[in-house]
Amino acid sequence: MAVVTLKDVRKVYAGGVEAVKGVSIDIPDGGFCVLVGPSGCGKSTLLRMVAGLETISSGEVAIGDRVVNDIEPAERDIAMVFQNYALYPHMSVYDNIAYGLRNRKTPKDEIDRRVQEAARILAIEPFLQRKPRALSGGQRQRVAMGRAIVRKPQVFLFDEPLSNLDAKLRVQMRVEIKKLQRALGVTSIYVTHDQVEAMTLSDKLVVMSGGQVEQVGTPTEVYRRPETRFVATFIGSPPMNILPGVVETDGRVSVGGQSLAAADMATDLKPGLAVDVGIRPEEAEIAAPGVAGCAFAIDFVEELGATELLHGTIGEGAFVLQVPTGSVPNGTKQVALTIAPNCVHVFDRETGKRLSRRPAEASKAA
Amino acid sequence: MVERRTWFSTFLPHFILIMGVLIVAFPVYVAFVGSSWDAGTIANGTMPLYPGKFLVENYSRALLAGNATAREPVGPMLLNSFIMAIIIAVGKIAISIISAYAVVYFRFPLRQSAFWLIFITLMLPVEVRIYPTYKIVADLGMLDTYAGLAVPLIASATATLLFRQFFMTIPDELVEASKIDGAGPMKFFVDTVLPLSITTIAALFVIQFIYGWNQYLWPLLITTRENMQTIVIGIKKMLVTQDALTEWQLAMATAVLAMLPPVLVVLLMQKLFVRGLVETEK
Amino acid sequence: MEKRSVYTNKLLPYLLLAPQLVITLVFFYWPASQAVWMSFRIEDAFGISTEFVGFENYVTLFGQRSYYESMWTTLVFSLAVTILAMSFSLLLAVMADKQIRGGSVYRTLLIWPYAVAPAIAGVLWLFMFQPSLGMIGRGLIAAGVPWNPMLNGDHALLLVILAAAWKQISYNFLFFLAGLQSIPKSLIEAAAIDGAKPARRFWTIIFPMLSPTTFFLLVVNIVYVFFDTFGIIDAITHGGPAKATETLVFKVYSDGRLGGDLGGSAAQSVVLMVIVIALTAIQFRYVERKVTY
Repeated sequence: MAVVTLKDVRKVYAGGVEAVKGVSIDIPDGGFCVLVGPSGCGKSTLLRMVAGLETISSGEVAIGDRVVNDIEPAERDIAMVFQNYALYPHMSVYDNIAYGLRNRKTPKDEIDRRVQEAARILAIEPFLQRKPRALSGGQRQRVAMGRAIVRKPQVFLFDEPLSNLDAKLRVQMRVEIKKLQRALGVTSIYVTHDQVEAMTLSDKLVVMSGGQVEQVGTPTEVYRRPETRFVATFIGSPPMNILPGVVETDGRVSVGGQSLAAADMATDLKPGLAVDVGIRPEEAEIAAPGVAGCAFAIDFVEELGATELLHGTIGEGAFVLQVPTGSVPNGTKQVALTIAPNCVHVFDRETGKRLSRRPAEASKAA
Repeated sequence: MVERRTWFSTFLPHFILIMGVLIVAFPVYVAFVGSSWDAGTIANGTMPLYPGKFLVENYSRALLAGNATAREPVGPMLLNSFIMAIIIAVGKIAISIISAYAVVYFRFPLRQSAFWLIFITLMLPVEVRIYPTYKIVADLGMLDTYAGLAVPLIASATATLLFRQFFMTIPDELVEASKIDGAGPMKFFVDTVLPLSITTIAALFVIQFIYGWNQYLWPLLITTRENMQTIVIGIKKMLVTQDALTEWQLAMATAVLAMLPPVLVVLLMQKLFVRGLVETEK
Repeated sequence: MEKRSVYTNKLLPYLLLAPQLVITLVFFYWPASQAVWMSFRIEDAFGISTEFVGFENYVTLFGQRSYYESMWTTLVFSLAVTILAMSFSLLLAVMADKQIRGGSVYRTLLIWPYAVAPAIAGVLWLFMFQPSLGMIGRGLIAAGVPWNPMLNGDHALLLVILAAAWKQISYNFLFFLAGLQSIPKSLIEAAAIDGAKPARRFWTIIFPMLSPTTFFLLVVNIVYVFFDTFGIIDAITHGGPAKATETLVFKVYSDGRLGGDLGGSAAQSVVLMVIVIALTAIQFRYVERKVTY
């Protein structure tokens, strides 16, 4: 078990394409770090650099206190779970799990003990003699996990390990991975494009886009206080609404003709500045009768069961509202919405950066 | 699909296919019948369409003894053909699989050049360079040897391309998992690539065995000693220019013996054969 | 197409490539370049020294009537075998592709001639068509046909064509069948719903969909006739009578062996190489198209 440190890591491919543009992250011992972002954002490349499958163009990757830039994957003391599991198709489940230990000349009885233990933890004991193709997707996934845990490595690397499973199994395995990682306490890096997986698994969430880190934080921090418009719309489902707004005085912003208080907005912005205002679908509320609010024109309703999504517009901007089912009588064309001041997120229209009240951020925005 | 089936439309395909099978099989059947009659019946052209009584005699004479024209027995020729076919098939597979592995799984200077060097040989069948090749084999002292028979036919772009194609379909993650599991390039080759290639190897073996067995021009040129002859060459030499002297019943017995091994290979390993044939042409 | 993960050993890849490269250089490139080299030279009467003569060998070659005759023979031979073998195989494949009982049995019964050596195929056909004792040869004569492939060049060519086409049926059949089976059933069902009768379905849907296979087989058959039929010709006719069955490849062999004209034979080899390269290039254009198709 070890701390993993990435210091200004870059990846430039032969053709000059820069896939990772200087990323620095510290992952504490036993931490569960999830790299999330859309495809092509560089998250997998970053993970593969930690694994030693890609060379590092510049910067430094350290596992524990050892810089591993030039160390081969086998000697980095890591284990990896691949998206397609990468099980050796011609070997039995037992041999698949034991292969890495055999290559390291682990004594036979020790191998057997560890394989049996891993199989017990993952409940794959009945399948040990089968070939991978005789297993279901979920079982293969467990074998891939078994191959990782049997090695007792310092770091687990997961490359979208659940994306080949169906939705139901994905939820179940997600929980199991989390439990397993807690129990074993091994530092883990996990790559996914699924923001729900990212939120539920991580204790350190890294949102990436275009080869750069957009934000690092706990899932709650990232959700509550997205640093950029990209993070705001990427994390959370349905995604945060972005509406055009204009800065007023006294920390207020005007959206669709309605003035809203924005608790975190920088105080030194020029009134009249055009900005983007983010409001989460689940954080706007239908105003009590007689209370003033943003005028929300409803176009149609999507039923989700416990909640429903109202699609419509505020001013010129498209808006989605999530409310408990039955909050609005059938056929309602328009409602007024109120939004709590700490749920109004203001972003620079040009750079997409959060226009935040903290002094450091505020001075940058200006 | 619902289709009105008339008596005619049900039986027409069968009729055409049976005719096809008969046309395809007829020459071989005639050869078999020919191998079961005596020289006289054949020579005066009265051979019927059913087998005669000389089957055992003809085959044992062909296999074991020479005949009136002091010909070599067929037994040793079968052995020569077998050895040549095996060396060609095994040799081709062995050198092609490792060269394809090098080209696919390594990056090194001149990799592309090496690949093209092999690739271009697709365009140089032995027939177009026959005499210079003969001269080289002669200079190397390889005339009338198994090595001379087989080695010049061993290098093959087809097999290398086939293995390359197959290696490309092995997921990248297997190499990566194997690297993380601490296996080096040769260990990955032996533990993973080779076991995964078994079907491809078997399919290629079937095709190359037939290819080697059926070689004609090359062994014709480089074998001078009777005891190095392959059976395909041997049968040709039984056809004496003056037809009267040709012992057709023995020639036909030899033809049947020469066809038997490769035809059996095709029939018994039909799946591998079809796969090999279709894949080597990709 | 390149692998994402590779090894970086310095020496190992060269060791792995060495056996194939050595054999290729010694038995392919060296003799091929010898052929090119020799084609520009002439051997003196005693075979002791050679002299550079530029394109003289080529000029002589293309000045020979017999060379054009051999080209013509090759052309007729190629076209006849290709058309005969392909149409017969296509018919059989279409019949076998209909979902009839015993389809796979027919396949088994039709593919094995692939394994018969060309020279042996020649011997089998000679045995049937031999004019004095062959079953069919005698039958023809009895029916009043003056059949004699030993003396009549046209008869000889016909016999060689039949033997060569016979041997190629299985190969074409196999590929046509595979091609037919890869045509999506839904396409044929859609055509049926659109009101196309079986014959029309064949010519408007199946045959066009099969065209990549057909084109591929066309090239393969021509290459087959050029090079692999040597054994058939040598077994049946030795290129005769009066060179009526002497193809380009057979001519390289017989001129080089009998004539001892190494320069001329080398020039012929070079011309053949050019032809193979052209055919291979055509084939690769096809492969490329198949990939993007």
